[in-house]
Amino acid sequence: MGLAFEPFMLRTYMSENAMGSTMVEEKFVFGERAISYTREFAGQKKKTGGMPVDWLVKTMKSRGLEVYTQSFSQTLPFPDEVKERYMVRGTNVYGILRAPRGPRTESIVLSAPCSEGNNNNQAVGLLLALASYFRSQIYWAKDIIFLVNEHDLIGTEAWLEAYHDVNMTGLRSSPMQGRAGAIQAALSLELSSDVITSMDVAIEGLNGQLPNLDLVNLFYAFCQKTGVLCTIQGKLQRNDWNTLPGYTHSLSTMLLMVLKQGSGRPQGDHGLFLRYHIEAVTMRGINSFRQYKFDMTTVGKLIEGMFRKLNNLLERFHQSYFFYLMPSLTRFVSIGYYMPAFGFLALILVLRALDLWVQLSDSARPLEDGASEGEQDSSPSLLTLATPVIICHLTGLALYYLPVLSQEMAIQHFPVSETEAVVLTAIAIYVAGLALPHNTHRVLSGAGTERGWRSLKLFSLLYLAVLLGCTTLINFSLGFILAVTMIPVTAFIQPHRSSKVLHGVALILVSPATTLLLSIYLYHELIEYPVTLLECWQHFLTAVSQGILDHHLYGSLLYPLIALFIYPCWLQFWNIVFWK
Amino acid sequence: QANQFFGSGHTNNWAVLVCTSRFWFNYRHVANTLSVYRSVKRLGIPDSHIVLMLADDMACNHRNPKPATVFSHKNMELNVYGDDVEVDYRGYEVTVENFLRVLTGRLPPSTPRSKRLLSDDRSNILIYMTGHGGNGFLKFQDSEEISNVELADAFEQMWQKRRQVQYSELLFIIDTCQGASMYERFYSPNVMALASSQVGEDSLSHQPDLAIGVHLMDRYTFYLLEFLEDIHPASQANMNDLFKVCPKSLCVSTPGHRTDLFQRDPRNVLITDFFGSVRKVEITTETVKLIPNITEKDEKLTEELMLTEPQKYVEQIPVAEIIHQKPKQKDWHPPDGFILGLWTLIILVFFKTYGIKHLKHIF
Repeated sequence: MGLAFEPFMLRTYMSENAMGSTMVEEKFVFGERAISYTREFAGQKKKTGGMPVDWLVKTMKSRGLEVYTQSFSQTLPFPDEVKERYMVRGTNVYGILRAPRGPRTESIVLSAPCSEGNNNNQAVGLLLALASYFRSQIYWAKDIIFLVNEHDLIGTEAWLEAYHDVNMTGLRSSPMQGRAGAIQAALSLELSSDVITSMDVAIEGLNGQLPNLDLVNLFYAFCQKTGVLCTIQGKLQRNDWNTLPGYTHSLSTMLLMVLKQGSGRPQGDHGLFLRYHIEAVTMRGINSFRQYKFDMTTVGKLIEGMFRKLNNLLERFHQSYFFYLMPSLTRFVSIGYYMPAFGFLALILVLRALDLWVQLSDSARPLEDGASEGEQDSSPSLLTLATPVIICHLTGLALYYLPVLSQEMAIQHFPVSETEAVVLTAIAIYVAGLALPHNTHRVLSGAGTERGWRSLKLFSLLYLAVLLGCTTLINFSLGFILAVTMIPVTAFIQPHRSSKVLHGVALILVSPATTLLLSIYLYHELIEYPVTLLECWQHFLTAVSQGILDHHLYGSLLYPLIALFIYPCWLQFWNIVFWK
Repeated sequence: QANQFFGSGHTNNWAVLVCTSRFWFNYRHVANTLSVYRSVKRLGIPDSHIVLMLADDMACNHRNPKPATVFSHKNMELNVYGDDVEVDYRGYEVTVENFLRVLTGRLPPSTPRSKRLLSDDRSNILIYMTGHGGNGFLKFQDSEEISNVELADAFEQMWQKRRQVQYSELLFIIDTCQGASMYERFYSPNVMALASSQVGEDSLSHQPDLAIGVHLMDRYTFYLLEFLEDIHPASQANMNDLFKVCPKSLCVSTPGHRTDLFQRDPRNVLITDFFGSVRKVEITTETVKLIPNITEKDEKLTEELMLTEPQKYVEQIPVAEIIHQKPKQKDWHPPDGFILGLWTLIILVFFKTYGIKHLKHIF
């Protein structure tokens, strides 16, 4: 919490020397052309009922670009009820503007998604207008790729995988015909209205990866230059850093970013580029009820300015931070400041583990000397320790594999759709795991001993510390959320007969599922769209299904992490509570 | 008269102009060097006596919206690249080692003459350096540095070793941040130095051009160029004027200079002693006795000729024009043939209507 406090926030600054200051005069004046392209595109989209591939190819060719198409198909593990798709087949269209005098070794990407209905038509229109304008300039040192992708994230993933010749998610796609060298940066555009009141930037990517801070600074610098109102997390800037409302505002912005980053979902098409070390952001045009509107020409100038600055890049972005949190567009908290916060939490775990170790070694000595309390105490065998661990992990494996594999069986027996089957199976396995301690006790020997639970707790604490440490390194927000919820409770639970219920309830409150539920609730509170409990539950179910889908479609690691590691670890603590 | 004739002590001029930084955003350093090159060439030093080292090619950079040009004034008033530039060391050839080898003359025998500094002990050398620098060093190519000690030692080698590269007098100008630190360590005689800023100060750039998108010149060299544009080969401006170029109000940094190693008073040193290549010719109407046994008759003949004042070369021969990029505004006249044709037409019409007998009415 204290991180949002002003002294810890640093002003953002441009680190890359090649970017310099914003000195070029933008000359884009073709806002009208963009609107006319928009209308044509909308009409063609309605006519073809999907992506108007031929029209796009024809238009891009007439503007002088090298146009290529790529068709792809993917089958989801179960139907996606949010986007209503199961077997996805689509085509990406991309046109390459070759740098007139440059070698074809580097490129920048401008992409606009082709969405259903009337969404994002203006984005494609503006992309085409910019393509025709850029084509007539001679100062490009890198090739520019104009990409229109179908089925948003799946299309982007297909394009990226084919471009870099990898196959991570089992997509099938036609071979990639045209390439433009290594991609240095990418900009994804989402515009659904002819005029906008503000421009929002989305930075969180897949698995919580963030683009280089210089790219966000670039966006902000050009927003200031063209006078466009810019927001982050949908919130405007405030200038009063010292006052309480200012503090809460920046705190809420930062919390939103933490929640979004923790979820590991890409917040825009740009999120998938980050994995290939291509810095990318998504720019969303928002049309609200404000008085002052900005037209397409201004947005075009903004993008033109950003592209001219990206043109000056000599190397990939690497000077500025890759790990940061942003309470606002002009302030950031770097990793050096927020890691110690997690460090303290992990310290709690380590100290508790040390304490247990000391207790264990103390109790070992008197037992050896004195009368044997029974052979049960003297050797809490590795079996005693390993059995709960293995059983918990088997439950985790079941949670990971079973929901998707057993969906056919579930539909036959229950009147539910596939998605519901998967989600409900997952929840069922999760809850079933709670009943484990009662059943495994009867099987095990050495259950119910003091040493047993102490050594199990020692192991679990260290396991949790290592797990959270690794998670925090990759995705700080996720690690932090889990740490903040789980560590205090797990450090203190003990199998006392009297307070078993209390400990049990406390542990349930910090279980991953509950954390997810509470996070959803908090998220909706922060975006000022509060939800009731029932709606929250619906969102929760959707989140579980989306998490599983993300894992299968894009390689998101949230679901495997929780199912295979966090949940078993939590189950071990649950075992400890019911040890006796 | 001979003493007056050879007052400055030098008989030829050389210039070594170095730009040490690469990358597109260092456009201004290349423009700096090229503008000094332009002035030096205009004032008479030929390409064979100029060693021009440019660390990057801005004119043909992919990002240059005006290819084959390097501008020094915004709105593209002055193209310092021109069409007759000769770059001797280009791109990655500009290194500390090459620069020091040029100064000391320790080049492999296969080095072409255009890459050598072939000065003798009666040469005045102008050395101009620009780029990114710090306290006691100048950065070459983003990967190495030359220190002020190395530079001072190179000059001392030039002074002491009288077989490879020598100099009679040397003027060193540097336009970098903390430039004054580069001349602190000089200890060779006859060296005068100027810098664009003191230790601890940054040299600032002048104007950006909004179409090209970079800063075009550094302030010190910008005002130096303005000053040099007014110098012509017959100019009597001296070094004290040069020291006044770019005061703190214009430059923001404080330019510095060092004259303690120089034997002559800066007041008596002409700008053209270093920046130009003025060949002194004195026309005399007297005969000069080359062979002692000349007959008396010839002597009498020569004495009868009128004694005129020795005329200086520069006043008789037209001076090379200072090329301004903006054409002069002339009033527009209709072309001459047009007026003649118009009058012919009027006369023909007149005679057609009134007949030729009315001609006498006119006269």
